[in-house]
Amino acid sequence: MISVHLILFLAFGAVALAGAVNLLAQTHPINSALSLIAVMAALAGEYLLLGAEFVAAVQVIVYAGAIMVLFVFVIMLLNAGIEDRTKGSRVAVLFGIPGMLLGSLLVAWVLLRHSGTEAVAVGALPGAPKTIGMLLFHEFLLPFEITSILILIAIMGAVVLASKPPTAPPVEKVSD
Amino acid sequence: MVPLSYYLVLSGILFACGVAGFLIKRNIITIFMSIELMLNGVNLSFVAFAAHWHALAGQVFVFFVMVVAAAEAAVGLAIIIAVYRTRETLNVDQVNLLKL
Amino acid sequence: MPIWLYILTSVIKSAIVLGVLLTAVAYTVWLERKVVGHMQNRWGPTRVGPFGLLQPAADGLKFLFKEDLTPPHVYKPLFLAAPLIAVIFALTSIAVIPFGNSITIGGYSIPLQITDVNTGLLLILGVTSIGVYGVALAGWSSNNKYSLLGGLRASAQMVSYEISLGLSLVGVLIMSGSFSLRDIVNAQAGHFWGFIPRWNIFHGQIIGFFCYLMAAYAETNRIPFDLPEAETELVAGYHTEYSAMKFAMFFMAEYANMITVACLATLLFLGGWHGPLFGPAILQAILPVFWFGVKIFAFLFLYIWVRGTLPRFRYDQLMAFGWKFLLPLSLMNLVATAIAVAW
Repeated sequence: MISVHLILFLAFGAVALAGAVNLLAQTHPINSALSLIAVMAALAGEYLLLGAEFVAAVQVIVYAGAIMVLFVFVIMLLNAGIEDRTKGSRVAVLFGIPGMLLGSLLVAWVLLRHSGTEAVAVGALPGAPKTIGMLLFHEFLLPFEITSILILIAIMGAVVLASKPPTAPPVEKVSD
Repeated sequence: MVPLSYYLVLSGILFACGVAGFLIKRNIITIFMSIELMLNGVNLSFVAFAAHWHALAGQVFVFFVMVVAAAEAAVGLAIIIAVYRTRETLNVDQVNLLKL
Repeated sequence: MPIWLYILTSVIKSAIVLGVLLTAVAYTVWLERKVVGHMQNRWGPTRVGPFGLLQPAADGLKFLFKEDLTPPHVYKPLFLAAPLIAVIFALTSIAVIPFGNSITIGGYSIPLQITDVNTGLLLILGVTSIGVYGVALAGWSSNNKYSLLGGLRASAQMVSYEISLGLSLVGVLIMSGSFSLRDIVNAQAGHFWGFIPRWNIFHGQIIGFFCYLMAAYAETNRIPFDLPEAETELVAGYHTEYSAMKFAMFFMAEYANMITVACLATLLFLGGWHGPLFGPAILQAILPVFWFGVKIFAFLFLYIWVRGTLPRFRYDQLMAFGWKFLLPLSLMNLVATAIAVAW
């Protein structure tokens, strides 16, 4: 039964799949990064279809707008070039791509066969920021605080790991 | 009305693409991006199940997954920069000695 | 209202708003040249039309006819896509900005806003986050070390100040209780003691306004934060290698971002379209839009005034200001607002 919901789901899903396949197919990391941004934007559309509007907005702001900027930044900074094909990578492609196809076909077959027709309506979730805020600060307060400490640790770790090693100051010659 | 299994199939295929990218790619940044793709696939299945069973906790867990992904991306990219500084290469096949 | 009528009114509203926005971008350039000229004791554009009012038209024609160079060895797909990304996302966020109350035509009540999303503020923040890519990719794809440095610095600056931008908006959110821009403006209706309007800037968000102002200057790469595109520092930063129409798109994107930021400041801190209403009914329908325009003009004048007055920050001063001063200040503003509202 064709509905607007199904058409939109298939459109966003097609963009997400195209982005994922393009990430595998491209050789230059910047193209892979841009494909991943397209995947995240399509997934934000999927979240909107399910009614999780706050999660969709946070996906765009945090994931596509900050984490991927970090990736693009590092690619630009390190001047990453086209990756070279070694013997190991050729073997991996030979066995990996058919393996991945087989695995995903198996999963898809099992899911589609054993699921029945329980459907998810458009906007099924009450995804308003207020409900999520109430949940986050009442039932999930401890995980929230722990993740904030995790971010603090990550900030400190990133600053320490990426800083240049300290160089010894030059020895001063005493002139007479 | 879209059946729940369609969302799960999409999520599974995204996860499989992430795993494939992790195994076949040789550039360390692209491997890292495949990890992010896997996390995105998992996020989609969380939100789909939350919509199906009207369990709002699914959405909240997506936040935690995103936060952990952000922290991991920050530290991982710092490590990549540190590795690049010493090894001068981004190809994982060439980072195979513990000491230069 | 029936679906076809909704689509028709949305298309007409989008066309009108886009036309007005592009004209406003062109005339903001004229305004800046005139005001900065007068501040520097010279006239600004005077020759093309009275008071130089046709100067934007002349500039547009110049950009159309200029030679469009693509330097060799650039990364062509991103070189062509980066100005498109910058301009598309600069023009998109105007879609959720309300200009006034609803007007009633033919029995249907049409709100003066292209769409009223109930997470409108988050949408604007998201579009601002994506706009960073235009700058970063332009700098990288130009195969030029000045552009690369300019692009890296600009994207680092924009990402750093986005945090303070978001946090300064959360104070307003706490006070109005909704992400929808129309609700935020409606919460600022009325007066204190009869004559002070109940705008958020008078209602305790003065520090929030200051943080928003600083973060907005940094997000739009304007003086005093315009190191990434300063002519004396990095040739022209991330848009060094662009000419003619692509440069015009970056130019338009910068001024459209300025106008969007001015609209957002007006809605969140200066009371939106609320102002004295008088006169017959037709005037009462137009006056809110007029007050909105006046407030945006005041904010843009402030932007241009600061541009003509202050020197620019060095890059390390800029980043230190963003992380060590503005972020703690907006966090304290958030905590103080939350405590004040909870009581």
